[in-house]
Amino acid sequence: MRIGAVTFPGTLDDSDTIRAITASGAEAVALWHGDADLKGVDAVVLPGGFSYGDYLRAGAIARFAPVMGKVVDAARGGLPVLGICNGFQVLCEAGLLPGALLRNAGLHFVCRDQWLKVENAGTAWTSRYDAGAEIIIPIKNMDGRFAAPKSVVDELEGEGRVVFRYAGLNPNGSTDDIAGISDPTGRIVGLMPHPEHAIDALTGPSDDGLGMFLSVLDSVVAA
Amino acid sequence: MIDTVDNAKATPEQEQPFRELGLKDDEYSRIREILGRRPTDAELAMYSVMWSEHCSYKSSKVHWKHWSANTTPEMKAKMLAGIGENAGVVDIGDGWAVTFKLESHNHPSYVEPYQGAATGVGGIVRDIMAMGARPLAVMDPLRFGAPDHPDTKRVLPGVVAGVGGYGNCLGLPNIGGEVVFDASYQGNPLVNALCVGAMRTEDLHLAHASGTGNKVILFGARTGLDGIGGVSVLASETFSGDEGGTGRKKLPAVQVGDPFTEKVLIECCLELFAEGIVVGIQDLGGAGLSCATSELASAGDGGMLVQLDRVPLRATGMTPAEVLSSESQERMCAVVEPSDVDAFMRVCAKWDVIATEIGEVTDGDRLVITWHGETVVDVPPRTVAHEGPMYERPIARPDYQDALQGNGPEQLARPSTPDELRAEVVRMAASPNLASRRWVTEQYDRYVRGGTVLAQPSDSGMIRVDEQTGRGVALATDCNGRFVKLDPYTGTQLALAEAYRNVAVTGATPLAVTNCLNFGSPEDPAVMWQFEQAVRGLAEGCKELGIPVTGGNVSFYNQTGTTAIHPTPVVGVLGVIDDVRRRIPTGIGAEAGESLLLLGDTRDEFGGSEWAHVAHGHLGGLPPKVDLARERLLGEIILAGSRDGMISAAHDLSDGGLAQTLVETCLIGEVGARIFLDQDQDPFVQLFSESAGRVLVAVPRSEELRFTEMCTARGLPWRRTGVVDPDSQSLEIQGVGDLPLAELREAWEGTLPALFG
Repeated sequence: MRIGAVTFPGTLDDSDTIRAITASGAEAVALWHGDADLKGVDAVVLPGGFSYGDYLRAGAIARFAPVMGKVVDAARGGLPVLGICNGFQVLCEAGLLPGALLRNAGLHFVCRDQWLKVENAGTAWTSRYDAGAEIIIPIKNMDGRFAAPKSVVDELEGEGRVVFRYAGLNPNGSTDDIAGISDPTGRIVGLMPHPEHAIDALTGPSDDGLGMFLSVLDSVVAA
Repeated sequence: MIDTVDNAKATPEQEQPFRELGLKDDEYSRIREILGRRPTDAELAMYSVMWSEHCSYKSSKVHWKHWSANTTPEMKAKMLAGIGENAGVVDIGDGWAVTFKLESHNHPSYVEPYQGAATGVGGIVRDIMAMGARPLAVMDPLRFGAPDHPDTKRVLPGVVAGVGGYGNCLGLPNIGGEVVFDASYQGNPLVNALCVGAMRTEDLHLAHASGTGNKVILFGARTGLDGIGGVSVLASETFSGDEGGTGRKKLPAVQVGDPFTEKVLIECCLELFAEGIVVGIQDLGGAGLSCATSELASAGDGGMLVQLDRVPLRATGMTPAEVLSSESQERMCAVVEPSDVDAFMRVCAKWDVIATEIGEVTDGDRLVITWHGETVVDVPPRTVAHEGPMYERPIARPDYQDALQGNGPEQLARPSTPDELRAEVVRMAASPNLASRRWVTEQYDRYVRGGTVLAQPSDSGMIRVDEQTGRGVALATDCNGRFVKLDPYTGTQLALAEAYRNVAVTGATPLAVTNCLNFGSPEDPAVMWQFEQAVRGLAEGCKELGIPVTGGNVSFYNQTGTTAIHPTPVVGVLGVIDDVRRRIPTGIGAEAGESLLLLGDTRDEFGGSEWAHVAHGHLGGLPPKVDLARERLLGEIILAGSRDGMISAAHDLSDGGLAQTLVETCLIGEVGARIFLDQDQDPFVQLFSESAGRVLVAVPRSEELRFTEMCTARGLPWRRTGVVDPDSQSLEIQGVGDLPLAELREAWEGTLPALFG
């Protein structure tokens, strides 16, 4: 089982993502932004960071990287793809997920341990959780407020594509407390909080994040 | 026209604006004497900036004798590199070397809080890279004026956003620091930045330029007009040779940071180190290329020839003096063997980092810099970098010192009834210096890179260095400027003691010390007295604790008019822990059935205390006594207790005393406790005194006897002061009252958001 983690210039959580993939028992494969090559991986993670400095708009430049052409094609062909934080922003910019991530309501960078409710345990990345379970993993971002036209939000809600919702305090003013969403197939998921920072209670608030990486192993085996 | 060496020889009488550049008449004369002629514009720019207080340490250097006089061979043996290098390096075991340094960025942060603080982070990170290390984490000790002053509302949010904006984008966890308010910092906020990095011991890179024929490569950002500051007088006012014309836009003297470029530069440097193709490396910080070229050349064994016109620029019409003085951020300079240049360029290209060969190491002993074929600098590099002026500034104990020490806190009205004491606990918890720092630390990424084991609000930050063995380091910075004001020698030792204790309570062993000495004007004999006392106090304190000072930084002129800040020698202590899984947390309640033990002696000590400050706005008397042997014993006991699994939580007692420590341990652990005060001592003194050398530990009941017997056997006073109550959501202090955690949390966490929202 091989899971790729993409590094763009300015990606920060690639080494954490690789650590989390390894901890789940899969083989982690480093993917480089400039190489239009997914090296035959079974799933791809776009980690967090500030790709290209995010000086234009979060994720706006990264979507044009050579590797993204391959990711978009493969995702449309059913490859499981997870976008975390900046990776979520990149997936929205690339049109793989709807909506956009705006500046946090408080206008500050926010880093805290965040309670999340698992709303959909049927996606490729959440099958190891129980629907309705509450998990705690870190959130840390400047542009984390999910926004989309009402029709899109209604569609996401109606189709059960809101995968995670903030439980307790909403850290950024996100619409409907949305923390993560999926595409209609449930194979492409994006979320603002960082499961790769919650793989053991020594360096994170819990090991609740590991379930996402274990889930995709199940889905790849099943497929 | 460009002022060349030939031109300087031909026009010896030409007037030069050396005073505007900050040089004294005798300093200018000395430059002429060294060169045997007048300096060129470019040389004058180099000397003036390198001989500035900031770069040359001309007022403080004479006191460095205290470091060497107090460093024993055993202390020296722990250091792989010490004072004089970009940052100190210590051996932490398992083949790992750790480097750390603390630096000030005070003045820029007052002028432009966001960029000043941001570039402070960027600069200290490059210092760590210049040692060949991967930066692991940052910390920021910050000091501001009165919390309710309008200008604090301008400075603090900008500084915090700048530290976060740069550090978060750089991908380094922020694992701690300080936020202190005091009116003495109103016009001079202190923005200090610490970075810690690690490398394998065999990979230590020092800033050397050895090897004739080796190439000098400048890489990173382009060079622009930012941060040129005083040198602009050479271009715009006195000389007509400004090709940019009179309409050229002047940029602010504070530099602008680009953390994305720095992140890429870090990864690029690490790949270069891994390839083994770097002979020497130097960061470009204050004084830019003037500093980097003269330091690289004087640390090597030869000369250097630099073709300055090859430097990639981002402004047109820059003069050689401006190129040399520019403080554009995110640049590094490396010395590389000719056969490795292609490989070097390949790595830079991979990371889209601009790299340019600008010169080479020569077999002479001169630093020669040319501009389009003409020589504009020809100097002995050591005279620029290391042999600047050194002053023995006059020292005088201030006239006010006796009156200050004589005005003790004994006469201050103290709360005494249970209701008064209870209210005081809540008021203190909500006071700006004791309230939760969460509003600040939530703006910093503490998780990135996955090695953070402890961060704020823990007593120290802790980072895992080796994922296999679990070896890691703990870091704390401290200083109570009020204690230092009352007695600079003792106050500085108290800062050292507190940082040492903060490292020890996490289960780590203190190993080395760095510092950032923030003071007023060195031209004021009273300030120099404080400075000399502080340096001596720190050096002698370190000797007693057996841990070396590996480096430091001095920031003078932190004063408004004739009023200096409280002398603020911030002390950073680095500790090592063989396995971070053994760390001791701050919050209680991790294990069922814990007893709370207070270690150390509590005396009636309120001089300079937070209580005197909050309740009465009073500063006078003497600071608490310092007993470094006791601190050492305390550290040893906690380490032994941690190794044997006898301690489940620990928190030091400092600002605000026992009351504040209890509030924090309960709130962080989210669990209540029942406290029994000593019937034979004034409850007010027990709750609020700031006697040093004390720690509150939580001990599983099953280990209590073994632990207290160890304390007794080794002569450490202890007192069973309460129990953790897992079923309670209240801090109950017998004879004082019941303090629901919800009420305490509202008080503790509400203050900073209310002030800065």
